[in-house]
Amino acid sequence: MNTRLTIDGLSFSYGEADAVSDVALDVKKGEFVGLIGPNGSGKSTILKNLYRALVPDKGAIALDGENLLTMPHKKSALKLGAVGQENDVPFDFLVEEVVAMGRSPHKKLFDFDTDEDRRIVRHALEHLGMEDMAKRHYLNLSGGEKQRVIIARVVAQETDFLLLDEPTNHLDISYQLQIFDFVKRLGVTVLSAMHDLNMAALYCDRIYVLKNGEAVLRGVPEEVLTPENILSVFGVRCDVSVHPATGKIAITYLPEAMGGVKHKTTP
Amino acid sequence: MKTLRKIFNRVNPNMGVIVIALIAAAIVSLLLGVGLGPVAVAPGTVARIMLGELPLIGNAVEHHWTQLDQNIVLGLRLPRVCLGLVVGASLAVTGVTMQALVRNHLADPFILGVSSGAAATATLGMLFGVFAFLGEYSLSISAFIGSAVTIVFVYMISRVRGRINITQLLLSGVALSMIMDGFTRVITLSAPNALGLHNATFWMSGSLAGAKWGYLTLPLVVLLGCMAVLMINYRGLNLLLLGEESAGALGVNVRRLQKVLVLVASLMAGTTIAVSGSIGFVGLMAPHFTRLLVGGDHRKVLPISALLGGIFVVWVDVAARMILAPEELPVGILTAIIGGPLFIFLLKRRGKDR
Repeated sequence: MNTRLTIDGLSFSYGEADAVSDVALDVKKGEFVGLIGPNGSGKSTILKNLYRALVPDKGAIALDGENLLTMPHKKSALKLGAVGQENDVPFDFLVEEVVAMGRSPHKKLFDFDTDEDRRIVRHALEHLGMEDMAKRHYLNLSGGEKQRVIIARVVAQETDFLLLDEPTNHLDISYQLQIFDFVKRLGVTVLSAMHDLNMAALYCDRIYVLKNGEAVLRGVPEEVLTPENILSVFGVRCDVSVHPATGKIAITYLPEAMGGVKHKTTP
Repeated sequence: MKTLRKIFNRVNPNMGVIVIALIAAAIVSLLLGVGLGPVAVAPGTVARIMLGELPLIGNAVEHHWTQLDQNIVLGLRLPRVCLGLVVGASLAVTGVTMQALVRNHLADPFILGVSSGAAATATLGMLFGVFAFLGEYSLSISAFIGSAVTIVFVYMISRVRGRINITQLLLSGVALSMIMDGFTRVITLSAPNALGLHNATFWMSGSLAGAKWGYLTLPLVVLLGCMAVLMINYRGLNLLLLGEESAGALGVNVRRLQKVLVLVASLMAGTTIAVSGSIGFVGLMAPHFTRLLVGGDHRKVLPISALLGGIFVVWVDVAARMILAPEELPVGILTAIIGGPLFIFLLKRRGKDR
């Protein structure tokens, strides 16, 4: 198999304790790999170390066989597109200007934006159903609209590897499905942090489970998303079944407050 | 009105027309600004005196102005107005740079304490003659030393694990400002003479009154150099506004760019302050007006705010020498008195829009 990304022994700390410690991970060409885990388990930190917002304390990261950590920033931005959780822009930009920033890594020192760039930007906005908003002020958009603009920006970046940090965070369920369907259709390689386990089950080819900064489980959704694993990692009881319509795993949570459903966990 | 709307609209401004109009406005401001003052010289005469100085066509200009006019124009006002343009442009561009660096449009050129540092060493020189050995330009050089020392300290304090931490940068700027202000007070309180004290206070309030041709070279060279560096990096500046993380993901070497910006901004702030004292509010207002006019894209913001800043300072300086003529007001006081209320008005109006 053609491996795009290999992480080995990755550690990173914001202060005293390691936020991520000794994580190994790999992503193959065309795969959709999910990172799941409770809040603070290190999903975002791993992704930030990959899209070069942070520099690892320890460990090796290879992208297409090259050392990512010594690669020029511009070169890695041509290979890896990222959607982070930081999408507030405190200055006045138009939507199309924000999307056009996705073209930056393609630009040399004195290049101006060309008609080709404008076409790509328009196209990206159309993909997200936002072509009417091109001239709107980004500052005045709602959280969900901003999120879609940021996704349009990564589409305009035209990379074949996406790093997504809970990309559907602020979105309605219809947009959540639309975005993930869209990303799937692009046929690119994806590494995505996900907070919704059902979404992870629907879209991921493989899943890594993080807990306290360590990768504790890995495998296909059917292996990883069992009631026992979810209880031990998230501390939540649930029922897992294969849904007849999707053929994928569906997770039903069994809250403590509804004590009566407990006995059904074991069929 | 309709054509104006078409040129000056935020969504698709006509950059060519705006830049040419502002350059024309700058030239007109130059001619009028040189002419206006306690002794007025007609703009036509100003233009002819200036043309008379040009090497090739100079001899073809008829020579019927008084020697006094010529002395006023060439010796006093022209260097002063040119310095006003350069200082205004530098302050505006420094403001833009600082605002991109700290991702906040309320940052001004002196936010890292350069003005306090410059004031400390400049007053030391003015009141105690410590830097007298530096000769004619001892005031500017001493001011520059003060701002440079401050910025080096601020920079060293704000480095965390090899990269600039923006919060620490701001806080150490505030702390060093306070320390330097303390020094300045000690120096002024122990001042041996009252006249020196007056001069020092005047200088600290920001003034172009002592402008000489010799003051112009360094700020102009620094402005042009820094402007070139910033324009080359305009995409990086735009991306930095998205946040450090997004900028990194979009191919910007954030650490390197931040260092370049700190260097560029301190160089401009330091050289500007050395020749004119600290003229406040220009670095805050010029970028703000520019963004209202053309939006946030630095390719547009940098040149336009430079032109606006230059023109603004020239006119406020005209007011500074007219209001109490023949006495002078420090231009920095006027920019604050005019600029402050204007800025509050803008803030309030913007608040209403949302």
